[in-house]
Amino acid sequence: MRIIKYTTIFLITIQIVLGISFPLVAKPEHFWQFPIVIGLEEKIRNVIFHVPTAWTATIAFTMSLVYGFLYLQKKDFNYELKSIASAELGFLFCILATVTGAIWAKFNWGSFWNWDPRQTSIFILLMIYSAYFVLRSSISEKVKRARISSVYSILAGVTVPFFIFILPRITSGLHPGSKGDTEGAGPIVQFKMAPNMLTLFFIGLIGFTLLYFWIFNLRYRLLVLENKNESEE
Amino acid sequence: MSYSNIIFLKDVKSEFRTRVSFNTQLLFTITTLSIILFAVGNESISIPTTISFYWIVSIFAAMSGLSRVFVKEEERGTFLFLFQLASSQSVFIGKLLFNAIFTILVNFFILILFSLFIDTFSANLFFILVMILGSIGIASVSTIVAAIISKVNSSTTLYTVLSFPILIPLLMTLIQASQLSIEGAFFSEMRGHFSFMIGYNISLILISLYLITYLWSE
Repeated sequence: MRIIKYTTIFLITIQIVLGISFPLVAKPEHFWQFPIVIGLEEKIRNVIFHVPTAWTATIAFTMSLVYGFLYLQKKDFNYELKSIASAELGFLFCILATVTGAIWAKFNWGSFWNWDPRQTSIFILLMIYSAYFVLRSSISEKVKRARISSVYSILAGVTVPFFIFILPRITSGLHPGSKGDTEGAGPIVQFKMAPNMLTLFFIGLIGFTLLYFWIFNLRYRLLVLENKNESEE
Repeated sequence: MSYSNIIFLKDVKSEFRTRVSFNTQLLFTITTLSIILFAVGNESISIPTTISFYWIVSIFAAMSGLSRVFVKEEERGTFLFLFQLASSQSVFIGKLLFNAIFTILVNFFILILFSLFIDTFSANLFFILVMILGSIGIASVSTIVAAIISKVNSSTTLYTVLSFPILIPLLMTLIQASQLSIEGAFFSEMRGHFSFMIGYNISLILISLYLITYLWSE
């Protein structure tokens, strides 16, 4: 665990410090200079922070789904605790992605919310997990709560690919990879970043992924202790 | 699976005996449509507005009727009896079949009323196809969420909260596709929407059949 902790701190420090401090110049000559992209300018720095949060939310929700599935199969209560820990984290990162995206949209597209297909999908995702937490809080029996909330999260999870991967392709939008994008619509967005920025971007992705595993582990251990306490009482 | 049709016929019979759900939904449709007409008056409204009215009426009619399919059985005390008779999958398929046909019928009624009273609304074959696919989707979401609700001792408000996020992707496609169809689009323009709806319906029904055993195993 300790190695994950220190690597996370190291990578995210690099990402934040360099991502903010590297200057933008018209013709980059050194490795510490980013090129200026017309229409994005300083706003391009957000890609290093916004995309990893959305990425981490995706990982967290997927893990939550997998643990929910494993719970239904094996009936092991630890899987249920892992599932809820991951869902909580996913929700947190999802809010972060929404906020960073909305702030960026304000300065690039003119308003905080445009109902771009991707913004719609993240809105649906927040709705799904809000409903999931409401459902959980409405059932007091522990085993029943675990079973029913796992069922709901799998049911909702099945619809996720439809609005993440398919819907943006049949409607036009502002994000890269939407229908009508000159670079071509598709789930894989071509990275056209400068090499040094791309490196920093991937450092950010790895750093955030490790951050997820770190917090996930802490939250899971805490939930195990809470659960133990409850059953002893 | 052979028991699904028995459960379906049982539901049809019990519905014919009282006709409560069907009459409630028809009255609900008439009420909402009259409110729309009071507001609109003699003005002609645009196609997007008509479409949004249509799906608002359709969705809320479905939600008011379909949420109680399993709660009804629990209240009557016949829930366990169904499982003596058939597997949970068969029960689910029977109920789903009933809900889907019921929703399609109600939607046809809404469609007729809308065509009569709203000038800009002219249904064609594509629209009916979109409507049928949409009804099946709405019915399958309603059935599985109703099954979840029947296990939670809670009111119908939770039903709306749970089914809405699952329905949004379908609703968005439905709204776009029905708008395209009324504007007279060709099939090639709507192929994406149709495959989306078919894929959505199939995957929802399959996952529901898988999940239903876990939901009702106690």
